[in-house]
Amino acid sequence: MPAMPRPARSIWGETGIYWMLVMPALFMLLGFYIFPLVRVLWISVMEPTPGLGNYALLFTSASIHQVVLTTLRICLLTTGITLLLGYAVAYVMAQAGPRTQRWMMLGILLPLWISVLVRAFAWVALLRRQGVINNALVGMGVIEDPLPLIWNELGIVIGMVHYMLPFAVLPLLTGMRGIDRRCLAAARGLGASRTQSFLGVFLPLSLPGVVGAGILVFIFSLGFLVTPAILGGGRTLMIAEYISVQILDVVQWGVGTMLATTLIVFIFALLALLSRVVDLRRLFGAV
Amino acid sequence: MDETSNVSRPVRGLAWAIICFLLLPIAIVFPVALTDKRYLSLPEEHLSLQHFANLFSSAEWLSSIGQSFVIACAATALTVTVGTFCAIGCWRIGSKLADFVRVLMLVPIIVPTIVYALGIYRLWVDLRLLDSYAGLIIAHAVTGIPYVVIIVSTALAHFDARLEQAARNLGANLWQRLWLVILPGILPAVVSSAIFAFIHSWDELVLALFLASRTVFTLPRRIWDGINEHLDPTMAAVAVLLIFVTAGLLVFDLWLRSRRAA
Repeated sequence: MPAMPRPARSIWGETGIYWMLVMPALFMLLGFYIFPLVRVLWISVMEPTPGLGNYALLFTSASIHQVVLTTLRICLLTTGITLLLGYAVAYVMAQAGPRTQRWMMLGILLPLWISVLVRAFAWVALLRRQGVINNALVGMGVIEDPLPLIWNELGIVIGMVHYMLPFAVLPLLTGMRGIDRRCLAAARGLGASRTQSFLGVFLPLSLPGVVGAGILVFIFSLGFLVTPAILGGGRTLMIAEYISVQILDVVQWGVGTMLATTLIVFIFALLALLSRVVDLRRLFGAV
Repeated sequence: MDETSNVSRPVRGLAWAIICFLLLPIAIVFPVALTDKRYLSLPEEHLSLQHFANLFSSAEWLSSIGQSFVIACAATALTVTVGTFCAIGCWRIGSKLADFVRVLMLVPIIVPTIVYALGIYRLWVDLRLLDSYAGLIIAHAVTGIPYVVIIVSTALAHFDARLEQAARNLGANLWQRLWLVILPGILPAVVSSAIFAFIHSWDELVLALFLASRTVFTLPRRIWDGINEHLDPTMAAVAVLLIFVTAGLLVFDLWLRSRRAA
C-alpha cells in the first residue's frame, strides 16, 4: 500500500511539530517562573543601592548570623532524625510482602498529601501548654507543670520530621528495592547473622539512597516556611520566615532577595553535589 | 515465605510505630472538631457538631472554600493541559534538549516557594495581577507543572510508541494521533496528575500569603490567619473537611490505578 501524503505541517519536520506541544509549558515556565526568579537575583544587587551591599550583611549582621545558624541547626537535626526513622520504615517495607507494603505505603502517602496547615494545626492542638499531651500528662500526675513542647526548636523539629518523613522513605525505598536480594541470602547462607548481613551487606548497598534522601530532606527543610513559622510561634526564626518578614512586614526587598538568592545558590550547590552520588531524575521520580 | 526472616520483630514494630507517628497526630483533629467546649480541647461531656455548624454558616469560611475551589479547578485545567502536551512532546522528540526541558520543568519542586513568591509578587505588581484570581491561578499552575510532567512522563515510558507510528503510517495527523491514540492510552495518568495538581493548588499557602490579600482570600490563607490569631475548634472542623477532601481524592486515585493495573 502506498504511503499517504504527509500533512502539510510536516514541512517543519516531525520534531518541529512536537516542539509546538512543548512550547506552551516552556513559555509559561520561562515567563512566569524563571524570569521572576532571575529578577529576585537582580533586585538583590540593585536595591536599595546597586552593589553587593546586601551580601555584606551575610558577614556583618548578627541577626542574620543567628537566623542562618538556627536554620542550619534545625535542618541538620531534622534530616538526621528523619533519615533514622525513614530508614527503619523503608527497610521493613522493602522486605515485606506486597500486601503489607501496600498498607504501609498508604500510611506514608496519606500524610504526604494532607495539607501542611492541617498537620501543623494538629501539632499545635497536641503540643501546646493546654494541649492534649500536656493535659494528659498533668491529669495523670506525671508532671506538675506543662512541658514547653511548642513555640521553640523542639516543636519545630517534631513538626518538620513529621512533614519530611515521607520524602525520605520514598527515595530510600527506591534505593533498597534495587538491592539484589540474593546478596543477603548469600550472606545468610555463608553463616552471617541477621545483624552481620545487615551491617556488612545491606547497609553499604543502601548508602547512595541514604545520601540522596538526606540531601533531598535537607533541601526541602532549608526553605520551609509554614511548619516552622506555626510551631516556632515567631520566637525561633528560620530563614524562610525571616525572608517573609523582610518583605511583608519591614519591606526590605534588598535583604529579603539577598537571602532568597543565597538560599537557592546553596541549594543548587547541594544538588550538584548530590548529582555525583545518585541519579537526580530517578530521585524525583522522572523517567 | 522467608521474607520476614531478614527483619526481626522489634524492627517491624518500630516501623509500624513510626507510621503511627505519621498518622495519629493527624487523627487528633477528629475528636477536637467534635468537642463540646468553645476552646481547643478533647470532648469532655458529649460530642457536639456545633463547630461544623459554625463553619458551614460562616460566610467568610464558605467564600474562602469557594474561592479555593475555583482557583484550584482553573489552575488544574491549565497545568494539566500544558504539562501533558509538554510531556508528550518531550517523549516523542527524545533528544538531549527535550530531556533538558523535562528536567527544567522540575525546577519549581526544588526552588523553595518563598523564593519564587518574592519574584512573582514583583512581577504581579508590574502587571497589576496582585490580589486577582488570574494572578494566583497562573502561579499555582506554573508550580503544578512538575507533578503533571512527572506522572504523565512515567505513563508514557510504558506506552507503546509503535501504536502512534502505526496511526501515523495510516495517515492520522498530529491532532488525530493525540486525541485518538496517545491521550486515551495515558488517560488514567492524566486524571491522576489532575488530582495532584488540584491538591497542590487547594492546599497552597505561601504564594497565597504574598499574592492574595482582600479580593482573593483562599482557604489556606484563612486557616493561617485562624491558627495565628484565634485557635478555636472551628479550625479543627476545617481540618477535618480538608482531610476528607484529600483522602477522597487519594482513594479515587488508588481506584484509578487499580483499574489501570487490571
